[in-house]
Amino acid sequence: MTDQVEPSAPAAPKLEPDFVPEVEKPWLQTWRMFAKNRAALFGLVLLSVIVGMAVLGPTLYPADPYDIVWAPQSPPGTEGFILGTDYLGRDLLAGIIYGSRATLIVGAAAALITIVIGILVGALAGYYRGWVEELLMRITEFFQVLPPLLLAMVLVLLFSPTLVTISIAIGVVSWTATARLARAEFLRIRELEYVKGARSIGARNSRIIWLVILPNAAPPLIVSAAFAVGIAILFEAGLSFLELNDPNIMSWGYMIGSNRPYVLESWWAVTFPGIAIFLTVLAVSLIGDGLNDALNPRLRQR
Amino acid sequence: MAGQDDILLRVEDLKVHFSQKKQHLFSQASHVHAVDGVNFTVPRGKTFGLVGESGSGKTTTALAVMRLVHITDGQVFLGDIDIGGLEGEDLRRQRRHMQIIFQDPYSSLNPRVRAGDIVREPLDQMEVGEVASRDERVGELFRLVGLRPEQQALFPHQFSGGQRQRVGIARALASQPDLIVCDEPVSALDVAIQAQILNLLRALQDEFGLTYLFISHDLGVVQYMCDEIAVMYLGQIVEHADRISLFTEPLHPYTWALLSAVPSADPAIRDRSDRIRLRGDPPSPIDPPPGCRFASRCPFAESRCSGETPALRTIRDGHAVACHLVGDDGVPPQRQI
Repeated sequence: MTDQVEPSAPAAPKLEPDFVPEVEKPWLQTWRMFAKNRAALFGLVLLSVIVGMAVLGPTLYPADPYDIVWAPQSPPGTEGFILGTDYLGRDLLAGIIYGSRATLIVGAAAALITIVIGILVGALAGYYRGWVEELLMRITEFFQVLPPLLLAMVLVLLFSPTLVTISIAIGVVSWTATARLARAEFLRIRELEYVKGARSIGARNSRIIWLVILPNAAPPLIVSAAFAVGIAILFEAGLSFLELNDPNIMSWGYMIGSNRPYVLESWWAVTFPGIAIFLTVLAVSLIGDGLNDALNPRLRQR
Repeated sequence: MAGQDDILLRVEDLKVHFSQKKQHLFSQASHVHAVDGVNFTVPRGKTFGLVGESGSGKTTTALAVMRLVHITDGQVFLGDIDIGGLEGEDLRRQRRHMQIIFQDPYSSLNPRVRAGDIVREPLDQMEVGEVASRDERVGELFRLVGLRPEQQALFPHQFSGGQRQRVGIARALASQPDLIVCDEPVSALDVAIQAQILNLLRALQDEFGLTYLFISHDLGVVQYMCDEIAVMYLGQIVEHADRISLFTEPLHPYTWALLSAVPSADPAIRDRSDRIRLRGDPPSPIDPPPGCRFASRCPFAESRCSGETPALRTIRDGHAVACHLVGDDGVPPQRQI
């Protein structure tokens, strides 16, 4: 690795004129690493199936999950009801299919809120330091010491439980970890010379924060976003289990909660929604893990 | 183009102190005196060197001149403009006249930006030249620093260390600055590449009449590059001279020790009896002791050295030293025995 060009004769490079090293786009390289990871690919396929079910399921299986269609507590396979019926005689398969919508919408929206609040707080605290950091970190600690599920319950109870309020409540209670991570990354990167370089060429603070530091802080934040989706799905299930769900939209957590008293008579009514939650969170976590490896420059060489 | 008296950069009593976090609620806040009252001027078109060991404050001085750290006290004039007093947009607009080349070519380039965009960015950010001509200007800058135009599409990690430093130099040149601060620009490179980069810097200086503030701990590099040199120790300048008199007649015991620490292949120099070897580390820059800061390591120190702070006084034309023991006739302590 030596310089190929004499400073006194810049017009006479010794390399062949057409030699330009391959430039692989960073995201392509990330995808290549991700695709090597079988577990992560499995997670991606699984999540695609679940998303497909949420999008197309109601068209392919047009049944109202609230309709009483057969005798209560019919076991799986009864009269064409593949997963059986619940304690009121409602079709469980329809519930699973419609419930995936609530799960995915709340999971994605709450994770988005988590990430946006977390990055905003963490970036400003880590970049400006001083009293801004003190203030924002005290607020973060305030939210960290509150029991998150209780706080989310209070927030949902204060406003009526709809998909929007549930997403906001989950986002508001779970942004703290992302904020601390973002702050740590900003504290590290702001001291690097290319950030000083950006200031010396006249970049404004907003440009340095969002266009210089944030892209370089992105890998751990993307991973954190993937895990935030999993956590948000579990939160949504927990709230629905406590019947703090949007009453107009079927949800897996609500299915488990409402069938819980009859678990000894009809195990299937709580088991299948539970498996659905498990598989969704597993898929998201596997993707998060895969992204963690794919975005980690130290593992890229392998 | 410039006379001897055409001063581009004037630094007056510059101080940069960093406050340390309090250990507990009632403890006194302590300050790191990174730069503690530094004065120098740099004539236009010349190279001014700042040397010293790690922690001597030379890089902090460079960053303060670039307004990249907070200036605690003192003034920095670039031409007639007090850049130490500028804030916000005024400072941002002034930045095109001063640029910096960093030490580490690995962390000084944003890894997510292509080399061509790195060099183009100063033009866009500081609105230099017509938008339409900027692509052409980037190509020209690449040629100037000895890179090929097609390398603009590469990311920093696809360059070698020396090539990265060339990209950094092109970025610094982009806005046609008057002053370029070189913060140990070759310390991270291997020796063969060092020479190429130093030659490039000199060629660019000749071509564009650039003024360099050159920071280094490598005396060989400084001797090759600089017209005037100041030696820093613990945030203060202890000796200041033109290149020839500093290297032939060092006055301060610290400069003497630095020069005798330069490795040499010549046994006659290596085995000279008047070499000084320093022991110990410099005292802590946190609330430093009174008196001469070098006293604790100086082989010639007397009692007044640790009580009275020596002022920087001019011994002969252009050669100043801060040491009680240097006679007014210019005989350094190491020659008085």
